[in-house]
Amino acid sequence: MTEGRHTKLLAGLGIAAAILLGKIFSLQVLDDSYKENADRNATVYETIYPTRGVIYDRNGNILVGNKVAYDIMVSPREVKEFDTLALAKVLGVEPDFIREKLNEYDRNRSRIGYQSQVMIRSLPSEIYMRFDEVNYRFPGFHGQVRSVRDYPINAGGNLLGYVSEVNPAYIKRHHGEYRSGDYAGMTGIEAARENDLRGEKGYHIYLRNSKNQIEQPYKDGAEDKEAVPGHDVTTTIDAPLQKYGQELMQNKVGSVVAIEPSTGEILALVSSPGIDVNALADIGKHYKEIAENPYKPMYNRAVSASYPPGSVFKLVNGLVGLEEGVLTPSNMYPCSQGYHFGAGRKLGCHSHKSPLDMEESIMMSCNAYYCYVLKNILDNKKYDNVAEGLDAWREYVMSFGFGRKLGSDFPAELSGNIPSSKTYNRAYKRGHWNSTTVISLSIGQGEILATPLHLANFCATLANRGYYYIPHIIKASEGVEIDPKYYEKQYTKVSLEHFPKVINGMWRAVNSGPGSGGTASIAAIPGLDVCGKTGTAQNPRGADNSVFICFAPRENPKIAVAAYVESGGFGANFAAPIASLMVEKYLKGEVARKDLEREKKNANLMSRVKKN
Amino acid sequence: MIEENRHKRDLRDSIDWKLIIVYIILVLIGWVNIYAAVHTSEPGAIYEWGVRSGKQLIWMLTAFSLAALILFVIPPKLWEVSSIPLYGFVFVLLIAVIFLSKDVNGSHSWFELGPVKFQPAEISKITTSLLLAAYMSRPNFRLGKLKDFIVTMAIIGLPMLSIVAESETGSALVYTGFIFVLYREGLSGWWLAFIGMAILLFITTLTLSPYSSIIILAAILTLCAVIKSPRKENRKRLLIGGSFVGVMALLPSLWRTAVKAVERRQAFLDSRYYVPQPGETDRFWWDFFPTFDPVWILVGLIAAALPFLVYHAYRHRDRFLGMSIVALVSGMIMVFSTEYIFNNILKDYQRGRIEVLLGIKEDLAGAGYNVNQSKIAIGSGGLFGKGYLQGTQTTLGFVPEQATDFIFCTVGEEWGFVGCLVIILLYVFLISRLIIDAERCRSPFTRIYGYCVAACIFMHLFINIGMTVGLMPVIGIPLPLLSYGGSSLWAFTILIFIFIALYRDEKKYF
Repeated sequence: MTEGRHTKLLAGLGIAAAILLGKIFSLQVLDDSYKENADRNATVYETIYPTRGVIYDRNGNILVGNKVAYDIMVSPREVKEFDTLALAKVLGVEPDFIREKLNEYDRNRSRIGYQSQVMIRSLPSEIYMRFDEVNYRFPGFHGQVRSVRDYPINAGGNLLGYVSEVNPAYIKRHHGEYRSGDYAGMTGIEAARENDLRGEKGYHIYLRNSKNQIEQPYKDGAEDKEAVPGHDVTTTIDAPLQKYGQELMQNKVGSVVAIEPSTGEILALVSSPGIDVNALADIGKHYKEIAENPYKPMYNRAVSASYPPGSVFKLVNGLVGLEEGVLTPSNMYPCSQGYHFGAGRKLGCHSHKSPLDMEESIMMSCNAYYCYVLKNILDNKKYDNVAEGLDAWREYVMSFGFGRKLGSDFPAELSGNIPSSKTYNRAYKRGHWNSTTVISLSIGQGEILATPLHLANFCATLANRGYYYIPHIIKASEGVEIDPKYYEKQYTKVSLEHFPKVINGMWRAVNSGPGSGGTASIAAIPGLDVCGKTGTAQNPRGADNSVFICFAPRENPKIAVAAYVESGGFGANFAAPIASLMVEKYLKGEVARKDLEREKKNANLMSRVKKN
Repeated sequence: MIEENRHKRDLRDSIDWKLIIVYIILVLIGWVNIYAAVHTSEPGAIYEWGVRSGKQLIWMLTAFSLAALILFVIPPKLWEVSSIPLYGFVFVLLIAVIFLSKDVNGSHSWFELGPVKFQPAEISKITTSLLLAAYMSRPNFRLGKLKDFIVTMAIIGLPMLSIVAESETGSALVYTGFIFVLYREGLSGWWLAFIGMAILLFITTLTLSPYSSIIILAAILTLCAVIKSPRKENRKRLLIGGSFVGVMALLPSLWRTAVKAVERRQAFLDSRYYVPQPGETDRFWWDFFPTFDPVWILVGLIAAALPFLVYHAYRHRDRFLGMSIVALVSGMIMVFSTEYIFNNILKDYQRGRIEVLLGIKEDLAGAGYNVNQSKIAIGSGGLFGKGYLQGTQTTLGFVPEQATDFIFCTVGEEWGFVGCLVIILLYVFLISRLIIDAERCRSPFTRIYGYCVAACIFMHLFINIGMTVGLMPVIGIPLPLLSYGGSSLWAFTILIFIFIALYRDEKKYF
C-alpha cells in the first residue's frame, strides 16, 4: 500500500524546490524593478523644490508671490549625542519639544529609515541664521530653505485659495504625482491652476557608503534633474477694485461680482465674509477658526450660493414677453397696490403711478405689470396648455445661463434652479395648476434660484445687448492656456432688437432723479450713464435681501456689476450703493461720494443675518 | 562480495559521508554569509569574538563536537530506548518556559541560563521525532487503528500546541510537516489532498476572493475528471468543464469593465451643465451592474446544474462524479463560511493578525516592510550576484534580521541566482539523501526517524525561503544550518547526526 510513496514524496520535494527557484528566478532575472529599488535604497535623493508660479492681477500687480522660509530638518539615524538645551535655546523652543520629537521619530524609526523629517516649519530668517552658525554642533540636524507664499495685497483671499502640505488622502487621490512633504494648492485658483503653478520637482542624487554617510554625487550628477519653476498665472481680477469691494462688503454677508462685458473677464468677485490673506499664508494656524466661523468664509457665495433673484428677474420676463410677441413696450397695465387674482388673492406692490408702460414698469419695479406679462407668456394661445408655455419660458430663461452651470473656471459653481412643468406636475396633480399658481415667477421669487455670478452674467448680457462671454477669472498668458470657449459669444434666444427697450427702463430707474419714482436714484453717478435694476428678494430666513445689477457707461459698457446683500433690505439700501461705488471706483479711479462710501463701509449687518 | 565484507565494514564505508559533507558545506556557507551580513555593523575579522560570525564559529566547533559525540560515543540503541523520557523532559520544558521566560516581542519561548539562551522548541523537534519513530515502529502499529491514530496525533499535537501557547506559531507550523511521515507510513493520500485543498481555498478566499476560490476548485475537479476518465471521454469532459471554468473565470473582469462604463456615464451625467429636475430619471437597465456581485451568478449556475449532475451520477453509478459533487458543494460551503466568519464574526485584531499572516495588509507592524526589503535585496542580485561582501542592501542594514531569519537575502544579493540554485540543490540533495537512506533501512525506527528529519528540514527550508521571497507570510523560523544562532545549529546537528548514527548502526549488521 505504501509502495512507491517515497518516490511521490521525492517528486513533491522536487516540485517545492522548483516553485522556490521559479519565484527566485522571476525576482532576480525576469523582474528589473527590484534592481532599481536597490539603487534607490543605496542612493540618497535630495529633492529640489521648484518655485511656485506667481499669480498676477489683470494689470500685472502681484496677488500671490513667493518668499523664503526656513525649515529645520532632522535625519534621526544620524543624530548623535547633543546638547538639547543649547539647541532649544538657539531655535527658541522648549527642550521638551525637541525631546518629544526625537521620541516620536524613534517610535516610527522603521518607517522613517534614513529619511529626513521636518522638525520645525517656517522659521524667521534671523533664527535660522543663528542656527546655521552652530549647526556643526548638532549632527543629524540641518536647515532647508523653502519658498512659501506671500500676499502683497489683501485682495481675493478666498479666490486665491491656500497652499498646504499634502496629506495622505491627497497623495492617494493623485497617485504618483505627490510625495509626503510636497505642497499643493488646496482651494481657489491655487487648486484650479495647480498643474500650471506647481512646476516640476528636481533632484540631486548622492551615493551613500556602507557607513550611511553621503559620499559623492551619483554618476557625477549625470542623472540629476534640475527643478522647473511653475508657470505664472494671470487673473482677470482688478486688484484695487477687488480690495475696494471687500472693504465695502465688510461686516455684511453676500457677494459682489463685476464683469467686463466685452470679454466676460471677472474684474472682482467678492464673497463676504471672506478670508484674510494673512490667514492664507499660515493656513495651518487659522484653518480651525475659519472652518468654525458660522458665516462660513470658505464658502464662495458668488458662485456657490443660490438665491431668489427678486425683481431683477423682471427684466428677463420682459425680454421673453417681447420675444414671444405678447408684450410691446407701449402696453399699459394697471396696478392697484398689486395684482389681484381669483377669490381676493393678491400679489402686493408698492404705491406708484398707474397704469404704466414697460419702461416705467422697470423704472418703478411694478410687480403687477410682470404678473400680466408672465400670465400672457404662459397662457399664450400658441401653446396647448400652461405646461408647454412654462417649458417654453424655461428654455428662454436658461438661454441666459440661468438654471445651469455657466461653465466658468470655478470648480464649485452651482447651477441654481429654473422650474419646469415637471416640478409643478409633481407638486400639484397634473393639470391642477395654472399660470396664477406660479405667478411669483414673474417677480423672480418662488422656485427660481440664481447665483450672484448668474446675475452679473445676465447684467453683462444686457450691457452687450444680447450676448455674453462665459465669465472667467484666468487670462491666457505665456505657458498658460484657457479653454477656447471663453472667446465665443453666447447668444440668448431673445432677439437683439429687444434689448435696447429694456435698457431704457434701466437707465430711467437710475437717472430720473429723486421724486420721479425711479427705484435706483442712489446709484446715479454724474457723468456716467449707469443703467441698473433693483431687487428686493424675500428671504424666508430673515429680513429681505438687497439685490442690484447695473452696468456703465450706457454706450460701450466697461463694467457690469451684480451685488447681493443678505438681509440688506430694499435693493436701494445696500446693493445699489455698493454696486454704484464699485462702478465709480473702476471707471473714475477715485470715489467722490465719500459720505456714501463711509456710511456703507461702516454699516454692520451681521446681527441681522441668521447664522448657519 | 557484500556478504564477505559485512562484518569488517570500517568507518569510511559504514558512515554516509555524503550527508556529512553536505552538512559541512552548508554550515560553512552559513558562516561566510553571516560574516557578509554583519561585517559593516560589526567591523572585525570573520573569526573575532566581537563579530557574530566569530560567535558562530564557536557554535560550529561545539556542534561538530556534538556530532562526533553522537557518532562515536553514544550508543545508537539508546535513542529508541530513551525516547519516552526525553520527550517527557522536553515537554515539561516547553510548558515551563511559558511561565518562566521573559517576554521577547510577545513570545515566551526562550530560557536564559547565564549567557546562554536557548529555545526548548528547537530541541522538541528531535524528541518528537524520536518518540514518533519509536511509537510508530512498534510491531502491531497501524495508522488505521483508532487508538494508534490518536496516540500518533497526540505525540505531534502536544508540543505543537504548547509552542502555539508560547506565541511561536511559526515554529509550530513546522510540525505540520510530520504529515508527510504519516503519509509514508500509510496515511491515506486523500488526507494530503484534503488538507492541501482546504489550505489553498482558505488562502485564496481571503487573499483573492470567494469567486476565484470556487473557480480554482472547479478547475481542479475538471482536471481530476480528465485524468481519471478513459481516453475517449477525456475530450468531452475537458470541453464542457474547461469552457465553463474559462468563461466564468473571465466573467469578473468583464463585469468590472461594465461597472467602469456605468461609473463613467454617471460621472459624465454629473458633470453636465444641465441639471436634471428631481424625478427626471437618467437610469438605464445596466445601472444594476455596480450593485450586484457576480459571485451570485456563479453560485446560481452551479446550483441550477446540481440536480442534473446528481441525477446523472445516481443513474450511471458514477462514483467519481458523486465525490466531485460532494467536494464542490463542501468546498463552496467552506469558502463562504470562511468569508463570513472572517468578515463578520472575527474581532478586528484577530482579523488583523490573519491579514498580516497572509500578506493582505502590507504595513501592519512593519511586516510588509521586511518582505519588501528582502525581495529588493534578493531581486537586486541578478543572475550572478554582486560578489562577496559587495551587497549594498544587506550590508547597509536595509534588511532586518539579516544574519538570522533573513540570511537567504545575503546569499541572493551577493551570489545571485546561481548561488540560490546551488544552495537549494544542496538542501534538495540533503533531504532526498535522507529519504533514500531511510528507505534502505530495515529497522522501521530508523526509517521513520529519517523521514521525520527530512520533513523538519523541508518545512524549515520551504517556509524560510518562501518568506524571504514573498511566497509565504513572515514567520520567524531559521534556515537550517545557515542562519546565525547556536540553538538552531545545535538542534539540526543533533537531529541529522542521530540519523547518521542510526543508519551506520544499521549498516554494521548487514
